Amino acid sequence: MARITAGVGCSHVPALGVAVDLGKTGEDYWKPIFDGFEWTKAWEQEARPDVVILVYNDHASAFDMKLIPTFAIGCGEAYAPADEGWGPRKVPVVEGHPDLAWHIAQSLILDEFDMTIINEMDVDHGLTVPLSMMFGQPEAWPCKVIPLAVNVVTYPPPTGNRCWALGEAIGRAVASFPEDLNVQIWGTGGMSHQLQGPRAGLINAAWDGRFLDGLVGDSDALRRIPHIEYLRETGSEGIEMVMWLIMRGALGKATRMLHRHYHVPASNTAVGHIVLEPT
Amino acid sequence: MTTEDPERQDIHDYLADLEDIPGTRVYTAKRARQGYQLNQFAMSLMKPENRERWKADEHAYLDEWKLTDDQKQALLARDYNRLLDLGGNIYFLAKVFSTDGLSFVQAVSTMTGMSVADYQAMMVAGGRSADGLRSIRANALAAAAKETH
Repeated sequence: MARITAGVGCSHVPALGVAVDLGKTGEDYWKPIFDGFEWTKAWEQEARPDVVILVYNDHASAFDMKLIPTFAIGCGEAYAPADEGWGPRKVPVVEGHPDLAWHIAQSLILDEFDMTIINEMDVDHGLTVPLSMMFGQPEAWPCKVIPLAVNVVTYPPPTGNRCWALGEAIGRAVASFPEDLNVQIWGTGGMSHQLQGPRAGLINAAWDGRFLDGLVGDSDALRRIPHIEYLRETGSEGIEMVMWLIMRGALGKATRMLHRHYHVPASNTAVGHIVLEPT
Repeated sequence: MTTEDPERQDIHDYLADLEDIPGTRVYTAKRARQGYQLNQFAMSLMKPENRERWKADEHAYLDEWKLTDDQKQALLARDYNRLLDLGGNIYFLAKVFSTDGLSFVQAVSTMTGMSVADYQAMMVAGGRSADGLRSIRANALAAAAKETH
């Protein structure tokens, strides 16, 4: 049977991808961030997931304003890096896992989550930056990836409670897949940041710390944080953290923390990172 | 952290709260409708051939889109706060400043009234505090309370 063996939370700041691609990760500004991922890179080499379910948001790359799916799952064979306005990142094509993805999609719909299904799309920094942070610069990504795109751009995004419940349903779906697969789920985006208006540059390290604390153990209090709290406390783009709750929900009743890292800033953003195991 | 009943969110209270954050334009349905053409215009700059046409003649390229005069003026002036007020979304507007060769930090700092250097220094020092920037209503109440003292 397939099983979810670990969850990872990780910011997906585009500048991190640029730092990797231009070989700047050893520079004073970037080094403290990348140092915090060294543990995880080594751990991933041991963990060797077959598939990563990668929860992220598209940043006006694959989806424009014509179609705004709240939850969309990638069931395609492969996804090319998107051209976000300065040419596509020179990173490997992302290989999908259509068998597991379609199984999850069907299971979720029967479990009353009305998913949008994606067969073809390009993937932007929201998806490729976490892969770079966890796997470095390989010739090919070492695992298959199932993209799970969440609308956190046009209001309202899904509630934290709904995200958590979707994660729980993903956990059930994976557990009912007959093939023996080692599956991880990653929640990406955040942590505190605001990219717009006179209030841009907002960071709230204390709040972010409490959020990271709340992912560990058997509490599900985080699922009840209202959108307005993310906005007031963590900046307008801090709302991306609802995507971490899909990851947390999929890990089941309780978690144990393997690694945690936090650094301010990466350009406009607080970089947070956590590795969890279900217990 | 605060919690609330997740069962039912009153939509009017929800939308009113989104307008209560100082210096912030949350991308609500109202703004998404107002800025539909503006954001789709920005999206068109994802294609290299469109970027070239835009760079060659911005006025002519803008005239192909059903934009208001205000939106066109704000685009030509790269007035990003104004563009947010006219329905622009930052991830779409990013196509415009990326085409100009600006990073997020460079473009975002223009909305804060700070120089890029000052803005970057603020970020390196830990970023902007949320204190005093959580709620327009709360700030007004605090100011009123101060006056009565």
